Amino acid sequence: MKVSLFITCLGDVFYPGVGKDMVELLERHGCEIDFPENQTCCGQPAYNSGYHKDTKKAAKHMINTFEHANAVVTPSGSCAAMLKEYPQLLEDEPKWKEKAEALAEKTYELTQFLYRVLHVTNTGAFLEAKATYHTSCHMTRLLGEKEAPFQLLSNVKGLQLKDLPNKQNCCGFGGTFAVKMTSISEQMVDEKVNHVEETEADILIGADSGCLMNIGGRMNRKNKPIKVMHIAQVLNSREA
Amino acid sequence: MPMKIGERSFESRVNKGLDDSYMRETVREAQGRLHTNKAKAEEDLGQWEEWRTLSEEIRSHTLENLDFYLEQLSENVVKNGGHVFFAQTAEEANEYVKEVAAKKEANKIIKSKSMVTEEISMNDALERAGCEVIESDLGEYILQIDDHDPPSHIVAPALHKNKEQIRETFERLKGYDKTSKPEELTQFAREQLRQEFLEADIGITGCNFAVAESGSVALVTNEGNARLATTIPKTQISVMGMERIVPTWEELDVLVSMLCRSAVGQKLTSYVTGLSGPREEGDLDGPEEFHLVIVDNGRSNILGTAFQSALHCIRCAACINVCPIYRHVGGHSYGSIYPGPIGAVLSPLLEGYEDHKDLPYASSLCAACTDACPVKIPLHELLIEHRKVIAEKEKKTSIGERYAMKGFGLAASSPGLFQMAAKTAPYMLSPFSKDGFIEKGPGPLSGWTDVRSFPAPEKERFRDWFKNRKKEDS
Repeated sequence: MKVSLFITCLGDVFYPGVGKDMVELLERHGCEIDFPENQTCCGQPAYNSGYHKDTKKAAKHMINTFEHANAVVTPSGSCAAMLKEYPQLLEDEPKWKEKAEALAEKTYELTQFLYRVLHVTNTGAFLEAKATYHTSCHMTRLLGEKEAPFQLLSNVKGLQLKDLPNKQNCCGFGGTFAVKMTSISEQMVDEKVNHVEETEADILIGADSGCLMNIGGRMNRKNKPIKVMHIAQVLNSREA
Repeated sequence: MPMKIGERSFESRVNKGLDDSYMRETVREAQGRLHTNKAKAEEDLGQWEEWRTLSEEIRSHTLENLDFYLEQLSENVVKNGGHVFFAQTAEEANEYVKEVAAKKEANKIIKSKSMVTEEISMNDALERAGCEVIESDLGEYILQIDDHDPPSHIVAPALHKNKEQIRETFERLKGYDKTSKPEELTQFAREQLRQEFLEADIGITGCNFAVAESGSVALVTNEGNARLATTIPKTQISVMGMERIVPTWEELDVLVSMLCRSAVGQKLTSYVTGLSGPREEGDLDGPEEFHLVIVDNGRSNILGTAFQSALHCIRCAACINVCPIYRHVGGHSYGSIYPGPIGAVLSPLLEGYEDHKDLPYASSLCAACTDACPVKIPLHELLIEHRKVIAEKEKKTSIGERYAMKGFGLAASSPGLFQMAAKTAPYMLSPFSKDGFIEKGPGPLSGWTDVRSFPAPEKERFRDWFKNRKKEDS
């Protein structure tokens, strides 16, 4: 199956390792990876800030970029949810709306694609560690994917998964929220870090680099010896 | 400005909230308890999503036909022997109530809990007209005796106070000399209030729902105070927001169940009261006179706009009880008597952006509110809608931000420009990087790095790796 990869801004510039693991993972499960070079950003920073005219430019460009794709797969629940927001964003432009619907329909977050399209429950991964998983808000609430990551993680050999207390609460990222409402965001991420610590996990796993950048950045600042891993990295871990 | 609380800036209110460790602890505890209780109530009922869909349909049907149902309600109230007054503004509502009080030569007025009377500052208006107004809901009573402390939550108005603080308030202002046990505190308040009920000339209530088909007012309480307030005084006045209406008792049944389960995790509250006008011949109790005041106060302006679904709200506070922002800053930080996500949506709609412009941004858009809402108001989407109005229509965002977003739109639609920005990021940020992290970022990044480390960009971007790999393969 040919899969078009939407790497996301964070994935391209800050966490290229996530993309590499994702490519290997998908290839191992029989996918051929296509990477449309013209891809940019899903437009969420502008959308969430209320600049919808500017977001439309990004959306139309992304729609064109992925028009040829069979399936668009991305290592972020939040960016996937944004692509699925395009039909509503372009509601007043019927021709674009139709194209947006086609893109929304073929867009998947990575674990969702593995579990629901490829019907994979075991990626053959091995990782000897105690870990906890952060359920990102956009992935669970906007995309509605609550199951796939847990199904896949439960079959990682050697991985002991601890339940994260108050996992339903946001980590305080929220895109521009983290820099606009710094003092509130700080309290939110601190509470999240406390809960991660309570699990006594060595690794914090997540499916959204934004949240991981936030929680990981706070843990780094507070010198917490907890490693942060994107779920693609975990699912592609192999026995040494 | 009736809804607005105080003159402090948003930032200073938030800082005060963040510093209030007592408040934050009580809020954390309450959120935990209410979250568990609501989840259990949802499970007990079963098919929660279908009930939500039905409730949304009821609310949206009612709002779409609001003029019809308001007329039906009003006709039936009159038929029952009551009086109806449509108040377009807060002032009109208060004037009417004051007139009734004057006509009745009322000195003492007893109230059960009502957010709409908070919204229009009715107590203040009545007190200035020389009436003594007594709140009989326990939470409201505590706040009233504590120098009119404003509510911080729409269901549990005194949520920001712990029992020790309440004991201290009772002791300081009412001569209370017992412990901070909730039972003892409540017993004391009951004793204080009993006499007030007996002496009151007028009872004022809110209105959880008005039933159009019978001209009735439904009240939901756990303390029974609304029953006393509507049976002992000779005159009853109920005040309702114009959207708080259901077509028939059948829809009332659904929405009361959703309200009680969502608000406190109860199947039903201890008292659900339906009142249809004044005492009739043969009735053992009830008021001699009944007035229904229907308040618009800006609601009409919301009808027909992208924000109409905000009027679906049944004031259960489920969105507040799951909000991670409210959790840390508390209700007073919102600077409006309507706090939390629904407050951040409603306050600017009812009272304008001037005083509430920060509220739509007091959200990480985590959508916990949207998920919790029993009538499916897309709260986080409405917050984005506000941001859109502020950015694109009112043009009230900073020039810097507007240019940045224009630049973003331009770059995100032209791959060359976008890649140039991505390519230069590592070089631009390299002077700030250390061990893969940035400790002190430049410009807007400082908001991030004040609290967290920022990842340093990798030397090789994903797209370069992918291109090279493909070359090697071929």
